[in-house]
Amino acid sequence: MRHIKQILLLIAIFFSLSTTYASDEHASESEEVFDPLVMIDHHIADSHEWHVISFTKSNGEEVHISMPLPVIVFYNGHLNIFMSSAFHHGEKVVKKGDDYFKLYHEKIYVTDEAGTIHYDEDHNVLNEKPWDFSITKNVGSMFLSAVLLLLLFIGAARRYGSEPKAPKGLQSFLEPLILFVRDDIGIAQIGKEKYERYMPYLLTVFFFIWINNLIGLVPFFPGGSNLTGNISVTMFLAIVTFLITNINGTKSYWGHIFWMPGVPVPIRILLSGIEFIGILTKPFALMIRLMANITAGHIIILSLFSLIFVMKSVAIAPVSILMSLMMFMLELLVAALQAYIFTLLSALFIGMAVHEEEH
Amino acid sequence: MGLLTPDPGLVFWTAITFGILVILLRKFAWKPILHALRTREETIEFSLAAAAKAKAEIEDLNVEKEKILIAAKDERDSLIKEARELKQNIVDDARNKAQEEADKIIVSARQQIEREKSDAIQEMKRQVAELSVNIAGKLLEQELESTDKQKAIIERYLQEVNFN
Repeated sequence: MRHIKQILLLIAIFFSLSTTYASDEHASESEEVFDPLVMIDHHIADSHEWHVISFTKSNGEEVHISMPLPVIVFYNGHLNIFMSSAFHHGEKVVKKGDDYFKLYHEKIYVTDEAGTIHYDEDHNVLNEKPWDFSITKNVGSMFLSAVLLLLLFIGAARRYGSEPKAPKGLQSFLEPLILFVRDDIGIAQIGKEKYERYMPYLLTVFFFIWINNLIGLVPFFPGGSNLTGNISVTMFLAIVTFLITNINGTKSYWGHIFWMPGVPVPIRILLSGIEFIGILTKPFALMIRLMANITAGHIIILSLFSLIFVMKSVAIAPVSILMSLMMFMLELLVAALQAYIFTLLSALFIGMAVHEEEH
Repeated sequence: MGLLTPDPGLVFWTAITFGILVILLRKFAWKPILHALRTREETIEFSLAAAAKAKAEIEDLNVEKEKILIAAKDERDSLIKEARELKQNIVDDARNKAQEEADKIIVSARQQIEREKSDAIQEMKRQVAELSVNIAGKLLEQELESTDKQKAIIERYLQEVNFN
């Protein structure tokens, strides 16, 4: 299943690359044409405002209600903070000090006073980009997930007194999950002696990914952000796993990488190269797997909904809704599954690194 | 390739959020929860072991009780048997003694009787002799002068008479 989705994702990426420019050109000709790729692209990408709802008034006026988010840009030694509403959805240039900023396709560029965007031959933007530390939709969504996690787990932790008691309420829902991460991921992969040190990371990463996957599946405000399908997030998490793995690597771990015992010397040299690449490919695979799976899920569900608008027929709606309902069910599973896989593989890599060779 | 280009801003915020999350959850959630779970598991394990031990002890006690009961029963049976034997012995002894005593008494009685009988016979003999002598004397007083000679003759005849 994962392979199918990865293939679909690659196809989607391919098409989005090749057709977004086309849609730019067509956009001016007719606003009426619905382009699912623009919608999907817009959805899975990050945004400087948090879209709540859009509707068309009876007089044909389109209304977009969205929450403006703080923009924090660092450029030329100046830190500028303002609300994203100042961009007026990219229509206006924001002047801060001597610098002008413009929002173009959800990216902030440094422009001149008129807000000119320069392109190269491949239609890539040539304008300089400031360091953008804005609280974007994804960051906001992540804050939301962090608050939820803190409320859930600190709330559950308060129920544990000094005396052992039977779990109750929220506690009895979260406890089996915590036990699952501890027993089937932590202890199973790292071993009974050393697992405890890594439990805070494994538990946090498991629930962080899971809850963000679930928030991403909520189709209305404040859900729907594609946080765990964003490479920045998965990259950071993969790097943490990479650092924990290699910082805690034992002598036997490094020995097996650079000087594999029990094989002839030429093969040892060959293996050390392969194993060294392996150190890097493991977190790389973690990063891509999570990002691709979640993004693919979003793309499929959005594509199924887009069918209604592409075909401009209400008749297709039941089919589209039924199919996307099935996808939602599947994505609920994938949300937990990917959190599990990421945590399991992290634990596996850590377990391999901290394993003491017993001869 | 916007999808595959990491955004430094988001990486920055992810690092901060995730870092704070790990620190806060570790202190306020994971440590207390894992500690409580371990404590509970140990308590359960300990309680189960204690229960099993108590059960084994009760089993042992039951076996012991059964043993004691059986032993007590055996002892009672043997006591009863012994008592019965003792009683029998005593009765037998008494009977034997009584028999012996009775036999002895009978024997002595018989001897006494025998003796008395022979004494009586002697006495009778003597008295009969005397009587006879007297009678004979009286008879012979009239007829005979020498009583002594006739007395000896009578004595001899009387001796010959067997009273048995």
